[in-house]
This record gives sequence, C-alpha cells and structure tokens, in this order.
Amino acid sequence: MTGSAFKNCVQRHWTCPGALGTMALLATLVLAAFAATPGAAKPMMSPVDFATPEQEAQYQKLVRELRCTVCQSETIYESNAALAGDMRRRVYEMTVAGASEQEIIDFLVQRYGDYVRYRPAFQANTALLWVSPFLILVAGTLIWLQAVRQRRRALTRAGLTADERAALERFRHGE
Amino acid sequence: MKLRRVLLPLVAVLAILGLFYVGLGMDARELPSPLVGKPAPAFELESFFDPEVTITEADFIGEVALVNVWASWCVTCLREKPLLMELARQGITIHSFNYRDTRADAMRYLSRDNNPYTTIAFDPDGDAGLEWGVYATPETYVLDARGMIRYKRIGPLNAKILEEEVLPLIARLEAEKP
Repeated sequence: MTGSAFKNCVQRHWTCPGALGTMALLATLVLAAFAATPGAAKPMMSPVDFATPEQEAQYQKLVRELRCTVCQSETIYESNAALAGDMRRRVYEMTVAGASEQEIIDFLVQRYGDYVRYRPAFQANTALLWVSPFLILVAGTLIWLQAVRQRRRALTRAGLTADERAALERFRHGE
Repeated sequence: MKLRRVLLPLVAVLAILGLFYVGLGMDARELPSPLVGKPAPAFELESFFDPEVTITEADFIGEVALVNVWASWCVTCLREKPLLMELARQGITIHSFNYRDTRADAMRYLSRDNNPYTTIAFDPDGDAGLEWGVYATPETYVLDARGMIRYKRIGPLNAKILEEEVLPLIARLEAEKP
C-alpha cells in the first residue's frame, strides 16, 4: 500500500466513533489484551499492510504506549484527534520503513518531549516516581517493626508489683 | 517518647501537605517544548500560493522571525490575527504553516489585503506539523537569525505575552545578530 493510499484509508476508516464507538473500541482493546492469541479479531483502527508479523507487533505495541498529546489522557491508539491520527500514521510509516521501537520513541520524544510516553522512562526526574512505592513500603515496614518492638518491651517492663502484673495478665485475657 | 509520638505524625502530615502544595502549583496543562534551543526542523512542502514552488526550512531562516501555525477552521487563530497584522506592520517577519487546511478555505481566511505572513507553507496532512512538534493551532515559534528555535508558544499570543516575552526576545535576538 502506498503512502497516499494509507492516508485515504486513514480518512475513510479511521473516522471518529461516538461515545458508544469508543466504548466498543475499549472493549475490543481489553479483549485483545487478554486474549492475545494470534489470529484474534483485529481492532477496527489497524492498518493491515505489514511486511512482517514483528512489524505489526511493534506498531500495535507502540500505539498503545504513546500519548495523544492534545487529549492528555488517551493513547494515540484510543484517540480520535487528528494529531493522534498523524502520530499513528508516522509510527506506521517508520515501522514499515524498518525503524526500531526505540528510534520511533526517540523521534517523538525529540519533538513532543517525555510527555509523549505513557510509560515514563526511568531517568533522573522520574526516579522518585518509580522508587516512591518501594520507599513507602520500606518506611511502613520500619514503623511497623518499631511498634511491635515497643509493645513487646512494654509487656516485659520491670517496675510492676506482682499484683499489678497479675492484674495486667487478667486484663489481657479479658477477665 | 511522647515527643516522638506527636512529632512523627506531625512531620509526616507536614511533608504530605508540602507535596500537595507543590502539586497545586503545577499546571497539568503546561506542555513541554523540547524543541526550544534546537535548530528549526527540516521539512519540504508546497508553497501555499504556488504548488509548483517548494518551501523548506531554509526559507524560514535568515533573520529573526516568527513562525506561526494557523488554519482557517481555527477560531482562535482568527482572533489572534489582528495581533499578527500589527506585528507585520511593525516590520516583523512572520513565516507560517497553513495546517490541515484547504487552499480555498485558507484563501478566504486571508482575503487579499489581510495577510500578515511573509511565507506560507501548505501542510494539509500535518507532516511538517509533526516534525515541528505542533500540538494544536495556533502556535508560534521565535527563530533567531541562525534558524534556532528560541521560544515557543502553544496557544494564541496576546498583548501581555507579546510585551513581556516575545517582543523583548526579538529585540535581544536582533541585537545579538552578527
């Protein structure tokens, strides 16, 4: 398929579905993600002319990982915006021309910034973002250990009379 | 011991409030412009007025200039246009991309004596738009005399932005021109 034929295909078949269409599309996407079997039904907005299955896989992966920069919370796969169409077309053209995944991502990052990646790369300004869940986990564990140790220490604290200790024991057993 | 019991949660709450405060100050709609500081991206398009003539990035380079991305379907562009007319009257060069448009519609938009643009490259498929990292019309870049992008505004220009950012920058770039 030539470039202009592809454009026609874009204009004719990648028209904007309404809200219902988007839902159907999402459903298809979810199904496709879970089924993920070769030969499963193709989502409706896919170009079909790829030289190799690897190229198609790369295209399908990339359009789900790149952000439609004007819609902010959609991937270019989901979005009906004209710009998303342009970006899909460019991903397709570069894929068919043999560009690697990284080359295509770099191309778009150079022009639209890191923002275009739905999955932020691990780099200096995103390190906190990636690491914070683990930091919170470690901090939580430390606080929990501390609390357990304190409670245990309180139980064995000296300075109580035999009566007091007996009363404490009774209290602990709910009498 | 008691001090710790009060202090620790207090510090934690303050830290979280601090994060919230910083987060409130951030604008989620602010879009990054990685092209600022880079050379004008290459492109090759038909001239708007003459399909036989090819326009490339070289036609935009040579003097301090604005590059404006516009379309006839873009209402905000129409509102921005008087400002561009005024800039053109002041002798500022404005190159432009006519973005995702048709010649007939855009011609009506310009009407003959109402064209602020020195050069118009015709970009019906948004090809150059992608190279230039265009989000949406209108967008305006400032190029220095060597063709480096020095500033980018996503969205319409207005008097305040012109006076505080664009015009001083143009004056500075004119001054540093060899």
